[in-house]
Amino acid sequence: MAKVIKVENLSKAYQLGNFGTGTISRDLERFWARMRGKEDPFLKIGEINDRTKKGESDIVWSLKDINFEVEQGDAVGIIGRNGAGKSTLLKILSRVTSPTTGSVKVKGRISSLLEVGTGFHPELSGRENIFLNGAILGMRKAEIKRKFDEIVDFAGVERYIDTPVKRYSSGMYVRLAFAVAAHLESEILIVDEVLAVGDAEFQKKCLGKMGDISKGEGRTVLFVSHNMAAITSFCKTAMLLTNGSIYNMGKDVNQIITTYLTNFDTMDQNKGIWNNLNSSYQNVYFSPIKFEIKDEGGNTINYPIANNKKIFIEITAEINELDPAFTVGYALYDDQGQLIYWSYHADTDENTWPKLKIGINILKSEIPIRTINEGKFRIEMIASLHYRKWILEPGNNNPAIILEIVGGLSDSPLWIMKRPGILAPVIKWTSI
Amino acid sequence: MNKLAEENWDIEITPKNNLFDLKLKDVWHYRDLLVLLVRRDFVAFYKQTVLGPLWFFVQPVITILMYTVVFGNLAGIPTDGVPKPLFYLAGTIIWNYFADCLTKTSTVFRDNAAMLGKVYFPRLIMPLSIVLSNLIRFAVQLVLFIALLVIYWLKGAVIVPNGIIMLFPALIILIAALGLGLGMIISAVTTKYRDLTFIVSFGVPLLMYTTTVIYPLSTAVAKYPAYSWLIKFNPITAVIETFRYGFLGKGSFSWELLAYSTAITIVILITGTIIFNRVEKNFVDTV
Repeated sequence: MAKVIKVENLSKAYQLGNFGTGTISRDLERFWARMRGKEDPFLKIGEINDRTKKGESDIVWSLKDINFEVEQGDAVGIIGRNGAGKSTLLKILSRVTSPTTGSVKVKGRISSLLEVGTGFHPELSGRENIFLNGAILGMRKAEIKRKFDEIVDFAGVERYIDTPVKRYSSGMYVRLAFAVAAHLESEILIVDEVLAVGDAEFQKKCLGKMGDISKGEGRTVLFVSHNMAAITSFCKTAMLLTNGSIYNMGKDVNQIITTYLTNFDTMDQNKGIWNNLNSSYQNVYFSPIKFEIKDEGGNTINYPIANNKKIFIEITAEINELDPAFTVGYALYDDQGQLIYWSYHADTDENTWPKLKIGINILKSEIPIRTINEGKFRIEMIASLHYRKWILEPGNNNPAIILEIVGGLSDSPLWIMKRPGILAPVIKWTSI
Repeated sequence: MNKLAEENWDIEITPKNNLFDLKLKDVWHYRDLLVLLVRRDFVAFYKQTVLGPLWFFVQPVITILMYTVVFGNLAGIPTDGVPKPLFYLAGTIIWNYFADCLTKTSTVFRDNAAMLGKVYFPRLIMPLSIVLSNLIRFAVQLVLFIALLVIYWLKGAVIVPNGIIMLFPALIILIAALGLGLGMIISAVTTKYRDLTFIVSFGVPLLMYTTTVIYPLSTAVAKYPAYSWLIKFNPITAVIETFRYGFLGKGSFSWELLAYSTAITIVILITGTIIFNRVEKNFVDTV
């Protein structure tokens, strides 16, 4: 098989912290060093990108010495923890940003689907946006025209095609955007977590379409996802990234996923507590200080706990400005990265919301007993100004803790082992 | 596939750009995008308005009305014997074209950060689309200018267009290039240092007073001979004066001044291109 992507010694450094008045003097220093033919004093080699530890320099290597090749028609699934360098790699491959050192060689056209709906203009109609979005993604007008009906049909928005997209429901918006991107005629397609949107039926349709692209049409796909089920069902090769380098890459997709789930996904795990050590995530509306799961006795749950025990989520945070639209809560994921539910402090009737005040707030919530199944779960803190903006957007390196549930599934003598399914609620039956 | 074809790569992604490589081939491939972006700007401008494209006229008409009242009648600044609205309109449409190109281009990276951070297309497309969509607006306003000119001519005003009018296309290119070049320099610097944004936001309106939008160069030279170099120093002055001279037959036209403007424009455009090229690859990390 012909190689279509060849990556050699690829590295990418990012500067941490704020840009401010210090930046200009540092830039001048770097410039002066370069002029004298010296090495950049701020790019220290040899520091590992581990976001949980505070490094010595302000530079962090998001990718370090990556080497790999991809063959034509391959579907590569890229996995790794948040911050492992997956998105950086895709950004470099799609030419959104450039590497610090090293090179990438590509045969054919690359198009990326890093976020659906990029470049949609709310005032323009669906028709106009299909053309605009297609052009942004690199299609010629004639090409879009040829595929127009197919795109509209795939998105299922025929009735609304001449309505401004600002009046679309969010589902329609996403469907239309994905449809445009999926009909690109590029040799290489880069996809980053787009399947996290849309309803189940549409997600299935998307996965099917992506399968067609790689299997039927012989095009190459690079796919980043936290959804292991999607990776196994559709990728022929898997690549595991840890701290900016490739840990393992190969055809044995299941093996690599298992390695990831057992070793890396749980690396800072069995941690029922998260402390804001380096005061990150600062925000006037909400600065998290502590995120913890506690048992009935008020102890941190750092151990596997039975499903019939009370489990409390506790969020400690500082609030400097009260906003009526502010909501905080958590997202619960299973070990495959599948979202189980979101919960916000303001989910109930308005009169029963916990009172928030300026200063330190502690919020507490109980995870319903015997609702989720046995297994390992990731609990991620989320917060937003409702319908305005995310403060902690799900899937964005937010504070997270791990909960492991073992046993205590039911009082029935007939239900003693883990059953299949995400949920394992104990539901009462009666006879009439 | 044989070994030779194996080494035949289409795209190479490396840390640095060639500073003078504008990737015009790439831009050409994306020409449909350029057209669509221009169309988007034009259509989105008047979507959900009652007057629609008429709004392109409203702004200059009200502006020259104000100028006529305040600067022409109240302050009594002479206009080289040209009917006042015509005089102001000539200066205003040229100046607006420059100012719009400059201010829009200078924030192009920040305004489109979300889009530019997700997909690749030749970055040069964005500033080019700004220059082109403003050109459409300029063309619409030029129609207004010519209509006004004909009206005054029919009413018997002394308006004698002359051969210099042939320079008009060159003048437009000069203004566009100047706005684009300056805008690119500012946009590149503001990705990291936001300070310049503030300078642009209050500087551009102030800069207008150092060009001959609301007064003729001849009056400035006559009143402040010592400081008139400041006005001539501004490359836009020559463009406005040439434009007025060509269309209205009044104004201070000199080849030297125009040559000076051209030279400055070329220097700024080249500098802008180099800086833009340097920044475009990595601005996503800092913007």
